[in-house]
Amino acid sequence: MQKKVIFKGWVLPVALLLPQLVITGVFFFWPAGQAVYQSFLREDAFGLSSQFVGFENFADVLTDPTWLDAAGRTVLFSSAVAGLALAVALFLAVQADKHIRGADTYKTLLIWPYAVAPAVAAVLWLFMFHPNIGLFGRMLNGLGIPWDYKLNGGQAMLLVILASAWKQVSYNFIFFLAGLQSIPKSVLEAAAIDGARPMRRFWTVVFPLLTPTAFFLLVVNLVYAFFDTFGVIHSLTQGGPGKATETLIYRVYTDGVMNLNLGSSAAQSVILMILVIALTVVQFRYIERKVHY
Amino acid sequence: MSGAVMDSRVLAERTRRRQKREAFVTHACLILGVLIFAFPIYLTLIGSTHDVNTIGRGEVPLLPGGEAVANYAQAWGTGGGRYMGVPAGTMLMNSLLMALAIAIGKIAISLISAYAVVFFRFPGRMLAFWLIFITLMLPVEVRIIPTFQVMVDLKLINTMGGLVVPLIASATATLLFRQFFLTIPDEYVEAAKIDGAGPLRFFWDVVLPLSRTNIAALFVILFIYGWNQYLWPLLVVNDRSLETIVVGLTKMIGGGDAQNEWNVIMATAVFALLPPVAVVVLMQRWFVKGLTETEK
Repeated sequence: MQKKVIFKGWVLPVALLLPQLVITGVFFFWPAGQAVYQSFLREDAFGLSSQFVGFENFADVLTDPTWLDAAGRTVLFSSAVAGLALAVALFLAVQADKHIRGADTYKTLLIWPYAVAPAVAAVLWLFMFHPNIGLFGRMLNGLGIPWDYKLNGGQAMLLVILASAWKQVSYNFIFFLAGLQSIPKSVLEAAAIDGARPMRRFWTVVFPLLTPTAFFLLVVNLVYAFFDTFGVIHSLTQGGPGKATETLIYRVYTDGVMNLNLGSSAAQSVILMILVIALTVVQFRYIERKVHY
Repeated sequence: MSGAVMDSRVLAERTRRRQKREAFVTHACLILGVLIFAFPIYLTLIGSTHDVNTIGRGEVPLLPGGEAVANYAQAWGTGGGRYMGVPAGTMLMNSLLMALAIAIGKIAISLISAYAVVFFRFPGRMLAFWLIFITLMLPVEVRIIPTFQVMVDLKLINTMGGLVVPLIASATATLLFRQFFLTIPDEYVEAAKIDGAGPLRFFWDVVLPLSRTNIAALFVILFIYGWNQYLWPLLVVNDRSLETIVVGLTKMIGGGDAQNEWNVIMATAVFALLPPVAVVVLMQRWFVKGLTETEK
């Protein structure tokens, strides 16, 4: 799209674009290019020289059983976080959309967790579920259920899923509520007059009209679970116990920042980059289709 | 006849009762939801008002204790935890500076680039637009190591500039402003031209005032985005005087030992979440607008 009436000249617009372009060039494109470049190189043990190894780094990563484990774990973790956060948010949004007293107060009280950083959310959940000092952690142990997320991998996974989903519900809630409010009341009234019970009305009328929102949120939630939950995992379990909560992004961090294995870390970065590009393309193609409705 | 009247009365009564029951269930569900979201924060507030031994023994009560002033004073002035003690006052100041600089920087830089793309026609215009757009697909997490190397080469490690500058490029903000600028009627530009106003004057006197609501909405979102940064400060800063509160808080916890000064940690957690939560609650209208419009 283009305006018909415009200003002349090219010096000013280029100058206006320059700050943004310089930053994207220096901090986005150059490093991304370096990641691709390094993913084809391998350094010797002392980091003195490196040689071109083709796709060997990728082959190593993709056949490494611990990386494949991390990939499987990431799929499990991300679907659990997205599923939980979407389901709870949809349920609460449907309730808050009804005509009841105090609806606005409920909305405010459900929206604010958006502002809590993932890492801070992790701290709050740690304080509740710490085996020795946490209220619920002690309660579980008192009931005879051995609870210690620092030793039990399954419990650690459960805790990072809960903390991550808890933080994401309010975001989904806002979008579901906006989606629900844009459904014309006449459609719902027509269904009600036809004698459809509330549950049936929801699944046959409301939910289909919400699918664009739900699909958009699914992509956003998956991206959140892949990347933004780094803070949750880093502050709650550091990927442990063992590797029980090590997701792909946490793995890039440990291999690159902790173990300084540049070639492998770069190859993992490139794989993740392809994943993000795929998700973004899916999201935008879908939105384009929505516009054409 | 009278039977029909009876019937409808009974029916109306039944409907009323059903509606009451439904409203009750709705309220119950919503209150439960609110509790699930409020309880972790409530417990944190409680934790920040007791002494270290009460919590260390695992006897966190459900009612506030009397150590609030002492805990918050210690958190603010000296910090806590066994690993490092950066005062929360310092960390809050760093987080505030970082969040403000990121929000203002992103808005400024996106406003002018969107203006250039929409109101001018010059070679490479679409290329520039696409270059900005593609950065959406390059989150910092997928280019950690090479970006870190750039930071080292530019001597930006352990500087406030290093925390802020790489984060102020913004595809979403540029897209939002571009969308909005396209809706500004051509007549405005024509009128400005007739009046002899140049592009900079038009930007300053017409476009900027028209963008006020969008800027406010975006500011709320970006302030929270900046405040909640985690991986980036973790990589770029190891100088304790530049520690931000979100990263500093988790460093206080270390391995999560029961012997930590949990009371001070909880007071610090309250400091860490209070400013962004206050921004969301106080600017709720703009926040919802900003969120639903930038992410479209």
